[in-house]
Order: sequence, then C-alpha cells, then structure tokens
Amino acid sequence: MKIVAQKPESLTDAQFHYCPGCTHGIIHRLIAECLDEMNLRESAIGICPVGCAVLAYNYFNCDMLEAAHGRAPAVATGVKRMLPDRCVFTYQGDGDLASIGMGEIVHASARGEKITVIFVNNTLYGMTGGQMAPTTLLGQVTTTSPYGRTAEQAGYPIKIAELLAQNEGSAYISRMAVNSPANIRKTKKSIKKAFQTQIDRKGFSLVEILSTCPTNWGLSPIDALKWLEENMIPYYPLGEFKVKEDMQYG
Amino acid sequence: MDKVLMKGNEALAEGAVRAGCRAYFGYPITPSSEIAEYMARKYPKIGGTFLQAESELAAINMVYGAAAAGARVMTASSGPGISLKQEGISFLAEAELPCVIVNISRGGPGLGGIQPAQSDYFQATRGGGHGDYHIMVLAPAGVQEMMDLAIEAFELADKYRIPVMIMAEGTLGQMMEPVVLREQVAEFYNKPWATTGCKNRKPNIINTLHLSPDVLEQRNVHLQNKYINIKLREKRAETYMTEDADIVVVAFGIMARVARKSIMEVRKQGVKVGLIRPITLWPFPDDVVEKVSDTAKIFLSLEISMGQMVEDIKLAVNGRRPVDFYGRIGITPNPEEVSKRLLMLAAEEGLR
Repeated sequence: MKIVAQKPESLTDAQFHYCPGCTHGIIHRLIAECLDEMNLRESAIGICPVGCAVLAYNYFNCDMLEAAHGRAPAVATGVKRMLPDRCVFTYQGDGDLASIGMGEIVHASARGEKITVIFVNNTLYGMTGGQMAPTTLLGQVTTTSPYGRTAEQAGYPIKIAELLAQNEGSAYISRMAVNSPANIRKTKKSIKKAFQTQIDRKGFSLVEILSTCPTNWGLSPIDALKWLEENMIPYYPLGEFKVKEDMQYG
Repeated sequence: MDKVLMKGNEALAEGAVRAGCRAYFGYPITPSSEIAEYMARKYPKIGGTFLQAESELAAINMVYGAAAAGARVMTASSGPGISLKQEGISFLAEAELPCVIVNISRGGPGLGGIQPAQSDYFQATRGGGHGDYHIMVLAPAGVQEMMDLAIEAFELADKYRIPVMIMAEGTLGQMMEPVVLREQVAEFYNKPWATTGCKNRKPNIINTLHLSPDVLEQRNVHLQNKYINIKLREKRAETYMTEDADIVVVAFGIMARVARKSIMEVRKQGVKVGLIRPITLWPFPDDVVEKVSDTAKIFLSLEISMGQMVEDIKLAVNGRRPVDFYGRIGITPNPEEVSKRLLMLAAEEGLR
C-alpha cells in the first residue's frame, strides 16, 4: 500500500478546537509540514499567543511555550538568545501582534531577532467574540464597531507586513493568504523561506497570513473565503515585501 | 581575604555573575541602572547575553523565555518599572520559572521620586500581579549582602522553581562598601522541564492556561503547597539584643542599620531595645517575631513607608503585644529621630 497523505509528525493527535471553516487548521498543518520537511521538529520551540491559537501548544508536536498577550516576540527573544541554534517561532493573531503586542513585534524586527513569526490576520479578535482589531477594515461590522469601522472614530487598519519590511533588521517579510489551493501552496513556500531565513541567521522573518473567521464574520466557510478575496486582498496585497539575500550578521 | 570597594548595584551584579547568571534583560531606571550597565560591560567579555529591552514588559518576558530555556537569568528595575513587570511576574510564578528580579526601590505612588523607599513592600510580598501566588523576597542590608543574597537568590529560584526578588533601597544600590568577592558557583540544577527542543524526549510545554476548573484548582493547590514548604524552610531573620529587650524594633534593609545605631544610643540611656531584621520579606519570619513576643513588651515597625510591614508584624504578634509604627516616605528616618521615638515610646509605656 502506498501512503499518499498523512498527518505531519510535527502535529499531535489532539483534535483542533477551531470552528468549522476556520483556516487556523490549514496554517497549523502548513507549519508542521515545513518543520517535517526541513527536519526542524526536534530543534523547534514554538510560542503561542493569547487568542484563538492559545491552545496551539496542544497541537504542535515540539517544545512549546504559552506567552502573555502580545509578548510572544519578547519570549521568543529570550529563548533564541539562550539557544541560538534552535528554530524559534511564534504564532500570533492580529489582536495579539498588531494591537497589544505592537511594541514587542516592532522591536524584535528592528533588532533583527533571528526568529520566525507566523502572523494570522483575520481582521478581528476571534476568541473574545469578534471585536474590532487594528486590522479591521473600514466599514467592517464587529461587536465593537457595530455600525461599521470609521476612520474618524477608530483610524485606519494597520498593514503589518509593509510596516515591518521597513526595519533594517527584517530579513524576510511576506503576506500570503489561505483562500485557495494555489495560495495555500504559496503560503507554505513562504513559511519555508521564513524558516530558512532564520537558519541562515539573516535576521527577523515574518509571514502574515490572511485568514478567515466564518463564525465572527457571520458567513459560511465558502462565503468567508470569497469575502477574504474581495475585501482583504485589495487592502492587504499579497507578496514578498522584504527578501534580504546577502546580509548576514551576528 | 581581600576586599574590594564596590557600589551596591555593582556588587549585586557581580554576585549574579558569580552565581552563573549569563543573561540579563532590562530597561533603564534610576536608581537601578548601574546593574544593567555593569552587565553591558561584563557580558561581552565572558560570553553572557545582555540585552536592553524596549520596555519593562519586554524585559520580563525575555526573562520568561530565557528561564524557560533553562538559563539563570536576571532583570532589575525600580518601583514604576516593577509595576510594569507584574504581568510577567504572575506568569513566571504560575509557570514556575526560576529567575531573579531586582527592585532597587524608590518612593511612589505614581512616578514618585528617586529617593530610597520601602513602599513596594506590599507589592513584593503579596504577589504583586493577578492571581494567588507569592514570590520569594530577599532584603539585603549592606553591599556585601547585595552580593551574597544575589548568589543565594539564584539557588533558591532553581531549588523551588520560583521567581526570587531582591528588594533593596536605592541607598544600598548607590552606596559603596568593602566587599569580599565570593567563589564562582560551580554546581547547577538539572532542568529537564526546560523547553530546549525535544530531541530524544517527548515535547515539553510551558503554559499557564488551565481552562478546566479542576485543573486550575489543582495547579493553585500545587503552588500553595510549595509556598507552605518554603515557609517551613526558608524564613530568615537576624536578631540583635532581643534577649532582654522591652522594646523590639522590626526593620529591614537600610532601616535596620539606622535602628542599630539608635538602639546603641537609647540603651546608653537605660532603655532596653532590640532589633529583628527580616532577611526574607516573603516568607516573613513570623516565627522569630512570635518567639520574641514572649519577652518583649512592645514592638515598633520602622519603615521607609507609610506602614506596610507593620501588618505582617501584627499578624505574627497576633494581639499579644502592642505594635507601634514609625515611618516616613521620601525621607529616610535618621538615627536621632528614631532614638527620639524610642525614648518617647519608653516614657509612654513606663519602661525607663
């Protein structure tokens, strides 16, 4: 018998708690496949956020830490500085990373911290029930922007990938999406590049991944993928924003 | 043994180095900054990690990561910075990650001032952040003890898997005294729980989330049992002339030294005064206070605060003796005014 597909070794047998149609599961699998294929599982140390992925330590079959809200890049810094030959990654949502953890992520990037950040952007706070995030689009209805987000009242959605790409310490910054098989394949390739950037000690790496939240968006999983494509991608363009090929330091 | 003249903050930093601490994460704040500056100079030469964090929050979370990776790690700050670190300290306490946190204390509330103070006593001894937890708190009273207790703090932290705070007034951080340099610590604890990569073992998880009510309760009971064990074994205090004392002053840190001077002065005038100097503020040495209350007639809590440790003394004395309080904030009480207070107390109680 020939095995054509199986669960990556870097995922445990635990059942995901994520809502039906949520794309966290796809992203978990992509990370796990990359860890497997790059032979990184035994040297990987992952750091979970506060948010929907707070329980990710149950799903990744490698050493895991759970950090305070937004602090994962600081925790990752502490780990990586002690264990420079390990593969250290954080998994963070947009409330965690782009709001309460903005200080930590900007400075980890500016320092060229040799860690990999998987940044899941679904435009709102999922676990707490769909409140507005810094990434919520203008006009988007959430429980704390019930009449739609306005620039006058809440300002503009933050473009993290573009923002961090400006830092000299950032070596690889991209924005991907998991709304179609083609984009999922591209996302996996980008995650691999990010891990490789860390292995090559080039600096800070981050992959922003546009993701769906059917539950809090009030859409079916299929409509949610469509909504991502029609509303998120025009504001959050996909692509690589920083690819530092040559520079090595540290 | 040769002595070296050192500033308190530097003696503490050198103590940490001699305890095998090779990682420091911190943010500048008066009057603690010399500790960071010492590590910034020292670590590049001996292969340690010094990192100036972007914030106190980042610093304490870097400590969390380094401690999780199994390293001996330290951070230092002062009042307002220690307040910012409290989120991280709560997480460290729950995750049972050993580390040393230094508070070179100054007066609050708010931005307060940069004068020495002991008004972070409640924050230090009651946990400080959210949830039911304690950290161990050590209070040095001289520059030698800044070094000695720094070494001790790392041992206690690893032994009990607990964050240990050294709380020393700004005075101790800034003043210079001769110090005997201690031996480099050579033996370290195994940390099989550390997240270092899962090669040849099952993955380790360091986590403070317990959504199941039963598990959360079990975790809290586990922590409380650890605290009971620490209370049984680690209470420390120094006593001075308490055997025949009618009045017993309780004072820690720099105030214990002020008290000693006043006690010598007042004893010359025929008033029998003694001193209890708590070295561990948590666990509070209530056993020593309780024992002394068999013979003492009255206690005086002497603090650079508006009255915080006095509550722990009252709990220890448990109503058997009166407990008086004298303290100031911003200004450290001097020996003359403490003597005056002791003489007044003696007159009131008919002890002269």
